[in-house]
Amino acid sequence: MKKYLQLPLNEPDVRALRAGDTVLLSGTIVTGRDMAHRWLTEEKPDALRPFLLNGAIYHCGPVMVRDKDSWLCRSAGPTTSTRGEAYQADVIREYGLRCVIGKGGMGERTLQALGDGGAVYLHAVGGAAVIYANTVRKVLTVFRLEEFGVPEAMWVMEVADFPAVVTMDSAGNSLHRERTVRAW
Amino acid sequence: MSRNFSEKDLTLALAGCLRQASCELPEDVENALRAAMKNEAAGSLALSILVTIVQNVELAKTQQQALCQDTGLPAFYVSYPQGLSTRRIAACIEHAVVVATEAGYLRPNAVDPVTGLNSGNNLGTRIPYTVFTESDEPEIRIDCLLKGGGSENVSVQYSLPDSRIDASRDLEGVRRCVLDSVIRAKGNGCAPGILGVGIGGDRITGLQTAKEQLFRRLTDTNPDPVLDDLERSLLERSNALGIGPMGLGGNTTLLGVKIGTAHRIPASFYVSVAYMCWACRRNSLRFPL
Repeated sequence: MKKYLQLPLNEPDVRALRAGDTVLLSGTIVTGRDMAHRWLTEEKPDALRPFLLNGAIYHCGPVMVRDKDSWLCRSAGPTTSTRGEAYQADVIREYGLRCVIGKGGMGERTLQALGDGGAVYLHAVGGAAVIYANTVRKVLTVFRLEEFGVPEAMWVMEVADFPAVVTMDSAGNSLHRERTVRAW
Repeated sequence: MSRNFSEKDLTLALAGCLRQASCELPEDVENALRAAMKNEAAGSLALSILVTIVQNVELAKTQQQALCQDTGLPAFYVSYPQGLSTRRIAACIEHAVVVATEAGYLRPNAVDPVTGLNSGNNLGTRIPYTVFTESDEPEIRIDCLLKGGGSENVSVQYSLPDSRIDASRDLEGVRRCVLDSVIRAKGNGCAPGILGVGIGGDRITGLQTAKEQLFRRLTDTNPDPVLDDLERSLLERSNALGIGPMGLGGNTTLLGVKIGTAHRIPASFYVSVAYMCWACRRNSLRFPL
């Protein structure tokens, strides 16, 4: 069964989510990857707070094209989340995030922060970028475009029914823990 | 002999080739993804991921949008007849890359490693990567590959012997390297992936050999029966590891394994693995002269 989530989210609703749940997320999300997470951690810019409080950060470097005075999102799949592991827990705490969206999952430190703050990690399918771009209704604004470039800038976008699976929840469950495999 | 060609025509043809590479997955890869769906259990996360991937492939083609936002650092392999200026061809390639980037078929990916600044048009030092080979055909042929950074990050080179995985300088050692790379990649290369493997060579030619295997069709067979056997057994073993689509479990970890070789120096024995995500975006332009 799919659960519909509307951003901004409240803590009890997020704490009720469990790893394995399929969700459709709507509202305002913000993209952020390596450079953005470092910026958020080191400089703690206030301009992002209204978008991130009870909100969602998406590990994504989209393809954007200019359309007169606005931007169109053409392709927006997830990027590998583990590169943000050193920063993610601090960003969750500092900005009061409810969702981290990406691919590949994250580590124990992030899992702990999800539990402490009441947040979840949502897994999107790597490469399925048109499906996610099609959920973007409007590109609201962008931060650090000049300094970071298109892929690393923080794009603030309104999405409708963004599909994802909860793979790390606030109760300490993670579908990304190492599988013990014997290769030979 | 001097030959001439229209730079404008080649640039436009190549920009079209890049658009198609970015928006349309090669048929053999799409077929392999559809076939893989039959190997996953009904109601499994693995199956739902594969369904999402195939839906995305269809949407990207219909809407003519980049099927994955990470269009990588475009690589070009050019064969050209004697007498043609490779500098003129290189200029057309650069121009086509800029056109395809402006149109949103390529993401601007060229970042200065010291200043951190993105060039904005996919041009930069040693970008785009282009290899020229002279041929006897009366045409310019350009093979291009768009390979995202996630899959590039999990590509790896082993130097045998490797005590960590008890791999010695033989085919069993090669096998262990390849399987170790699959386990280490988990889902981070966007599984189900395609492996290009280079046995031998040096640090450069080993990885070149590995990457060039990614141009092979998934349905082809290796002309060397020993390597063909190794390709098949590694594919089967990898898919039994349980890593699955995006590393979330399942029976589809790889779609193919392709192996090439390069002569090595007695002192060195490299095994190079170029991990390609399922979004194996390759295309070929044949430009008659």
